[in-house]
Amino acid sequence: MINFSQINLVWLPVLPLVVIATAAMVVLLVGVRVDDEESDGLGWLALASIVIALVLALGIFGQSGIAFAGAIAIDSFSAFFELSILIAAALTVLMSLDYADEHRLPGAEYYSLLLFSVLGMMLMATASDLIVIFIGLETMSLAVYVLAGLLRRDPRSSEAAIKYFLLGAFSTGFLLYGIALIYGATGTIKLVAIHAALTGPLLSNPLLLLGLGLMLIGFGFKVAAVPFHMWTPDVYEGAPTPITAFMAVGVKIAAFAGFLRVFMVQLGPASAAWTDVMWAISALTMTVGNMLAIVQSNIKRMLAYSAIAHAGYILVALTAGGPQAGGAILYYLLGYAFTNLGAFAVVVALERRGAAGDQIADYRGLATRQPLMAAAMAIFLLSLLGIPPLVGFVGKFYLFNAAVHRGFVGLVVIGVLNSAASAYYYLSVVVAMYMQEGGFLEETRRSRPALVAAIAIALIGTVLIGIYPEPYFTAAGNAYQSAMSPEEVHAATAMAP
Amino acid sequence: MSSIPLTWLLGLSAAIFAIGVAGMIMRRNILVMFMSIELMLNAVNLAFIALAHRLGSMDGQVIVFFVMTVAAAEAAVGLGIIISIFRNRETVQADDLTLLRW
Repeated sequence: MINFSQINLVWLPVLPLVVIATAAMVVLLVGVRVDDEESDGLGWLALASIVIALVLALGIFGQSGIAFAGAIAIDSFSAFFELSILIAAALTVLMSLDYADEHRLPGAEYYSLLLFSVLGMMLMATASDLIVIFIGLETMSLAVYVLAGLLRRDPRSSEAAIKYFLLGAFSTGFLLYGIALIYGATGTIKLVAIHAALTGPLLSNPLLLLGLGLMLIGFGFKVAAVPFHMWTPDVYEGAPTPITAFMAVGVKIAAFAGFLRVFMVQLGPASAAWTDVMWAISALTMTVGNMLAIVQSNIKRMLAYSAIAHAGYILVALTAGGPQAGGAILYYLLGYAFTNLGAFAVVVALERRGAAGDQIADYRGLATRQPLMAAAMAIFLLSLLGIPPLVGFVGKFYLFNAAVHRGFVGLVVIGVLNSAASAYYYLSVVVAMYMQEGGFLEETRRSRPALVAAIAIALIGTVLIGIYPEPYFTAAGNAYQSAMSPEEVHAATAMAP
Repeated sequence: MSSIPLTWLLGLSAAIFAIGVAGMIMRRNILVMFMSIELMLNAVNLAFIALAHRLGSMDGQVIVFFVMTVAAAEAAVGLGIIISIFRNRETVQADDLTLLRW
């Protein structure tokens, strides 16, 4: 006799994952019979599955539990990250429809790989043991390696793919070795059991400390933290632009989901061992990212270094730790998804085949040619810079505020100075658009409705979540606390003034 | 079997891992770099098996199967990308890949 109520209990929370996995395979199967020139239908199919998964993921909020023998965590933390990832995926599909046609990308492979990487990301967000995190990371990465090289006739695209692949696989080796050593030290791969085991003499176990360091390297590569960032600008420049956007947002959100769950939530008791290292990585990431962004002339490369700098800001809060910082990171990533995808969507709208239009100089005089596009780009860049009332400002404020509360004033000072320095390169694009003449194309191409919709949605998100942050920030805080054990939540609330 | 001390096994695993890392950093042929990565993954497999044997837990042994599967998928993707780069550029030397550079 099968107990149906029990089956529901286990399967319902993973339904978003099931929907995405099924859709990925359906797209691949249907795609065999579809010409590359008519791949729009596949894109809409992918989008529909993402929207369904989005609605299902909303249902996970407020639940708590562990499924599949401790492999999958069902909590608001997973739900919040799944939501952010699915929003990023939906916007990516919207901006891909146009691009895939123009660049004759193979539609079936493109959309199914996109969905498979979304599946990996969501798996990473819901994982509650180390091996599921590893499998999610690899499912995501393998799909994205291929996507980066999908412009097969463009040598820059295959060069980006090979660089991403070699360094990505290299970092996976470190992550896996870290998992092995932590398994050796604690005798388990379940995150909750690891958390419980981290007491007394084990905290200074060399096996554990080495494992922590190796895992830090592995995650550092994926979130593009300095000194593990070398691949980022090359890969972002060479990959198809919608995929660059997807990497800069989706991969980063998923990597931070794993990073956060492993380091901040479950390895919290061992934080003394990694706080100093994380402090240095965070300061370096912000500084190097911003300094190198200033000298770039290619907009995709500039946004790549900007993405590195933003990882640095998030690492400030990760260094600080605590529930306030956790909520701030979740909120920041949600806002970052809208803002950064919006900026990349404008880049997609303006560039032409053969990489014309991806220089910052090409943006000269855009305000007179395409005033709406220029205004949207200006808002996204100002949000990345952190101008109130846009979401970039509010997010950065929460991040730094949380770090100050935990006494990391020095790090926050470095962060604020960096944020000020970043004004130079964000505003230079705005200046080029509004105050300079020229640009690379006289004729203006009409953007397709899907791309315009992507920009509009990103714009609404950037402004709305910035002006009215309360509900999102509260949801983010609750989501973070749902991943912590009850005793910790109690301790944290007792400590708060 | 049980007479081999755990430290020897972990030491061997660490040595193989280090050889893989060194190969990845020092060699410039993409195929050899890729082989070095596979070496790293297999060193980790050895560590998992040794630790699982010592701890008497199945987790480590199960992980090895997952790692082997992932390594196979990685080989398929990696070799595909290497073929695509060879078609475009007629080279498998990492130093020749200089289109994307600051």
